[in-house]
Amino acid sequence: MVPQNLYSPSPSDTLIRVEHLTVGFDPEIVLQDISFDVQRGEVLVILGGSGCGKSTLLKNMIGLYQPMQGRILIDGDDIVTAQGLARKAILRKIGVLFQSGALFGSMSLRENVRLALEEFTNLPRDAADLIVSMKLYQVGLHGYGSKMPAELSGGMQKRAAIARAMVMDPQILFLDEPSAGLDPITAGDLDELILSLSQNLAMTFVIVTHELPSVFAVADRVIMLDKQLKKIVATGNPWELRQNTDHPLVYQFFHRNEGISHKKRRTPVNPLPL
Amino acid sequence: MADKDKQPATVGSKTESDGCLILTYSGRLDCLTTGAVWRKTSYLLHRQPKRLVVDAAEVSYCDGSGIALFFSLRLRGLRNQFPVEIRNLRPELVSLLERFQADTFDLRPPAPPPQTNIPTEVGHWAWHVWQDVFEHIAFIGELASWMLKTLIRPVGLRWNDFFLMVERTGANAIGIIALLGFLFGLILAFSGAISMQKFGVEVYVADLTAIALIRVLGPFLTAIIMAGRTGSSYAAELGTMKINNEIDALATMGLDPVRFLVLPRVLATTLVTPLLAVLANLSGLVGAAVVFLWMGFPLVTFTTHVQRVITVQILASGLVKAVVFGLLVGAVGCLRGLQTELGPSAVGISTTRAVVSGIVLIVVTEGIFSVIYYCLGI
Ligand SMILES: Nc1ncnc2c1ncn2[C@@H]1O[C@H](COP(=O)(O)OP(=O)(O)O)[C@@H](O)[C@H]1O
Ligand SMILES: [Mg+2]
Repeated sequence: MVPQNLYSPSPSDTLIRVEHLTVGFDPEIVLQDISFDVQRGEVLVILGGSGCGKSTLLKNMIGLYQPMQGRILIDGDDIVTAQGLARKAILRKIGVLFQSGALFGSMSLRENVRLALEEFTNLPRDAADLIVSMKLYQVGLHGYGSKMPAELSGGMQKRAAIARAMVMDPQILFLDEPSAGLDPITAGDLDELILSLSQNLAMTFVIVTHELPSVFAVADRVIMLDKQLKKIVATGNPWELRQNTDHPLVYQFFHRNEGISHKKRRTPVNPLPL
Repeated sequence: MADKDKQPATVGSKTESDGCLILTYSGRLDCLTTGAVWRKTSYLLHRQPKRLVVDAAEVSYCDGSGIALFFSLRLRGLRNQFPVEIRNLRPELVSLLERFQADTFDLRPPAPPPQTNIPTEVGHWAWHVWQDVFEHIAFIGELASWMLKTLIRPVGLRWNDFFLMVERTGANAIGIIALLGFLFGLILAFSGAISMQKFGVEVYVADLTAIALIRVLGPFLTAIIMAGRTGSSYAAELGTMKINNEIDALATMGLDPVRFLVLPRVLATTLVTPLLAVLANLSGLVGAAVVFLWMGFPLVTFTTHVQRVITVQILASGLVKAVVFGLLVGAVGCLRGLQTELGPSAVGISTTRAVVSGIVLIVVTEGIFSVIYYCLGI
């Protein structure tokens, strides 16, 4: 039998398929008729200006919002029409990090992370405890387990929410701006964690992020959304997109500060006497 | 990863002559299947081996839970001083496992909750009560000063907010006040009539109900409804704003939260409560009239009796109380909202405290007013 960890994604193995999807808030359309696939084990990054509908697209893909049109297949099952047990089975395959973190404020970090393990598995208590500790360790929050979410900074809450999203090791992780509000070092650790999970566990990632270093570190493929056109304006790996000069938005995204002269270093007017 | 791949995870054990325990894992180690294997492993390690060898050659799939299982074996070996060797784990899983260092991974137990004893508890409690009283006084002072300023310079009030609040706390409460007032009058007159019938004086039900309603029960009932309906919503609104740092944002913009948020709300309840009390009185009388008609008296008897006993003094004494009730309920609702602490249940606690404090204040004030009116001979 083929061990699944030894998995090298073959081009035909589509895990998520989005077909002719139109999303929005009736009557306003946010994204119109977009289609794309995500392969198993792939890290897909969604880029786009603020307010262009990245979070809305993500929430449609996890079945929270009802799309206006189109289909979303996760591992072959349509999450839009699935009901009851079928829907639960699909949801079991995914983990989600919301843009706001959305930790349960009445529970400590440890309880937040352990909740899914308690509800869905029969792991003994010490096992669940150890797994929770390891997940918190992986996101750099070892030793903070007994804190309440309100006692943490925004970036720490976000990392705890990532630990919660991946505690069951779902096949697909949807992350909405995971590194927003993180310092470069922590963001780098997070990139490394994403890479390791995708390479060693063949986990699939759909990530919304603005951090270009993260994009280059983790993305196998990038899709770029445009607010005016309401569709995908570019797709490809980040290096390809950086060379792409056809679309002004793409160019601006990847060449943000070029052409702006760097801020002049101010020389002190009255140097202090030594 | 269809279900057919999901063969159960198993663990086999073999003890060699030199005291070395060999655990052989096979199958799928994910978070749904690891639980059983984990228990079995704990059982197998009940008696401490001299040496532990873990063979993972047959593991077909392994995620974080399986890694945790292997890591727990390493931790156990470290703690109980026996060597642990993990063999034949596939390289990509080894790299997952190596992310965790057993010797630096400290499983610190959560700090025990601080010990408390009765004297400290009492001390804390007394301190809280004192602080609460202090905050009340400070708040009343601030509110009063803003009210005076508004009297002098009415443009300082945010009138749009004020009218919005009047609509929400007054106009939207008309239905519930009218209904409860009506039922209250009905019940009062009915229970009065039953006992008064024994003495043949049931015609005085009109006097009894009118005085009870207009002097005490109408304003009281209205105030209680305001505490439950409006005081709680004030506390929830301001509490949510406090949690979202909106109050801090106001303060840093140089805007006083009391003028900006509290004043329109408190003035609205102060204005609206006496008006609603009049409505409660009226609908209560209608309820009483229904009982009166049902007993076979003509309506005109009811109206003449009511007109005879209700003086302007009685009406005014009820409405003055209603004004004070409105002020108290609005103010305590806002105060509890502003006192909201951090945390998810904080808003809930604030609304509860707003309603409880509101009702307590209403009852206490009712008592004070009874004494005052008695002394004044009203
Ligand atoms: N709950 C909502 N109701 C109505 N419109 C919304 C809602 N959430 C987002 N929008 C609109 O949808 C668009 C996309 O929002 P969003 O997906 O949050 O953007 P972003 O790409 O920054 O994540 C925005 O124009 C926003 O105004
Ligand atoms: Mg967003």
